[in-house]
Amino acid sequence: MSQDNIIEMQNVHKWYGELHVLRDINLTVKKGERIVICGPSGSGKSTMIRCINRLEEHQRGKIIVDGIELTADLKNIEKIRTEVGMVFQHFNLFPHLTILENLTLGPIWVRKTPRAEAEEIAMHYLEKVHIADQARKYPGQLSGGQQQRVAIARSLCMKPKVMLFDEPTSALDPEMVKEVLDVMINLAREGMTMIVVSHEMGFARSVAHRVLFMDYGRILESNTPNEFFENPRHERLQLFISQILH
Amino acid sequence: MNQPHPHVSTQPVSAVRPPVTSVGPIGWIKQNLFSNWFNSLLTILTLYLLWKIVPPFLRWAFVDSRWYSDGAACREADGACWSVVGRNIRFMIFGFFPHDQQWRPLLAMLILVGLLFYSRNRKHWKKSLAYAWFAGLVIMGLMMQGGIFGLTEVESTQWGGLPLTLLLAVFGLTAAHPLGVLLALGRQSRMPAIKALSIAYIELIRGVPLISLLFMSSIVFPLFLPEGVTINKIVRAQVAMILFTAAYIAEVVRGGLQGMPKGQYEAAESLGLNYIQTMRLVILPQALKIVIPPTVSILISAFKDTSLVVIIALYDLLKTTQSMLTDPQWMGFSTEAYIFIALIYLICCFFMSNYSRRLERELNVSR
Repeated sequence: MSQDNIIEMQNVHKWYGELHVLRDINLTVKKGERIVICGPSGSGKSTMIRCINRLEEHQRGKIIVDGIELTADLKNIEKIRTEVGMVFQHFNLFPHLTILENLTLGPIWVRKTPRAEAEEIAMHYLEKVHIADQARKYPGQLSGGQQQRVAIARSLCMKPKVMLFDEPTSALDPEMVKEVLDVMINLAREGMTMIVVSHEMGFARSVAHRVLFMDYGRILESNTPNEFFENPRHERLQLFISQILH
Repeated sequence: MNQPHPHVSTQPVSAVRPPVTSVGPIGWIKQNLFSNWFNSLLTILTLYLLWKIVPPFLRWAFVDSRWYSDGAACREADGACWSVVGRNIRFMIFGFFPHDQQWRPLLAMLILVGLLFYSRNRKHWKKSLAYAWFAGLVIMGLMMQGGIFGLTEVESTQWGGLPLTLLLAVFGLTAAHPLGVLLALGRQSRMPAIKALSIAYIELIRGVPLISLLFMSSIVFPLFLPEGVTINKIVRAQVAMILFTAAYIAEVVRGGLQGMPKGQYEAAESLGLNYIQTMRLVILPQALKIVIPPTVSILISAFKDTSLVVIIALYDLLKTTQSMLTDPQWMGFSTEAYIFIALIYLICCFFMSNYSRRLERELNVSR
């Protein structure tokens, strides 16, 4: 494995019972690389990125993250999860904790950071996502866009090497999509390695190095954003792009 | 002709008060008591019944009643004989505890109530409170048992009445709750052996009545002990109650765990939290909050079930009262005595449900 690769997926297969949801996935992500994945619903995009931090278990093939192979070994899984940040479609903030407590939970309990230092880190990232003034509130008191920005900051507090985004804007009101995308664009500018499942074409064009198209559990096409949108090769992708652009 | 006019609102947005349909006591009465003919009928019927029941009861309880006389004087009066409580209160409350030593269980109870009262406020939940509880428990044990520091030793067979009821209830409930949570987690476990054991335990215990468990603990269990080894009867009853209550709490907690969205587990795990941390920091605080109302129902019914220990000849509050009523002088005044006992139970249960409501309100800040 090359030193530059942070994620390697080799011949990965996954089944839900009889249903073959990931078929022979091969994907290599370099450090600093930003990948956007799109495709119709049920195509396996979310399942694929959820395999990277083992929220889903793959049944065949190899996944290597930051030099560690994902197996049933719990210690390895926990280690990988501290290096891989995840942002969910429905934010999944902890409603019984304040914003600040949401952000310090991981650093204090997993990284064993002293509380004062963890709070300092948390405030730093809250400022970064422009939400520092809400630190003492509870998630239920924030709008969807604010909650998703908090969720991004929560992942960043763990200082991850890779960030995974699972449709981060699709549960948001249209007015709030931009504030979340702006945060993600800033993150991209700082050189974070990102894998984003999203249909935000503008975002893909402006920050992605590569765009992947998935359907039927396979990666059908992988290309630079320009080629991907202007010159789609696979028939299924041509249809998909014509549908989303009308 | 019918061209739609473009419309742009130029009026400033201002809030308008809701229409006032009814104000004052008359409006309230009209709306709540006489809104239609059926409700009016029910209101009149209720008032009639109240008029028939309340004044005679008040007369019986407060006007014609005797407060501190002997039994003979009670028999001459028409009203309630509260003397039965007043004259026998020490036996009802303390049972067979030596008469001149009864300040000891009284002190123990005061310490217990004081600690419970102080613990009500969540701001007081610090390490010092744990030390206070530990010190309190030691003093309570010393007060009940005695034997050192010049205190006469009192065998636990002589314990009884309210101290025994409180002892069984407070320790039963505080021990049953964590055990129930562990069982609920066990039932959800991915490890087949733990899961099967938890299910077997819960179903077995829920499948038998508490009385049979108490019988087993007092009669069957000692048969299995090696010769010469005895375990205190109160401890055995206490353990039986804990095991019984825990099975019910486990099922309620399981309901709360199943109500938690999957995303909460995933978010906690993706931060790298391990199983214990995920449960302790993220899942249980939310799940236990959801199940506060049914949990308190179980705790209240467990509290009342402590009176079942009479069947293994422990003298709890109810049993001491029953024995007192066999005194020929006070025979026939059971109503008054039981009303008094009911009031004690009512006060305790009221405080439990009151506290649970307060806890729910305090924990509800997040929504």
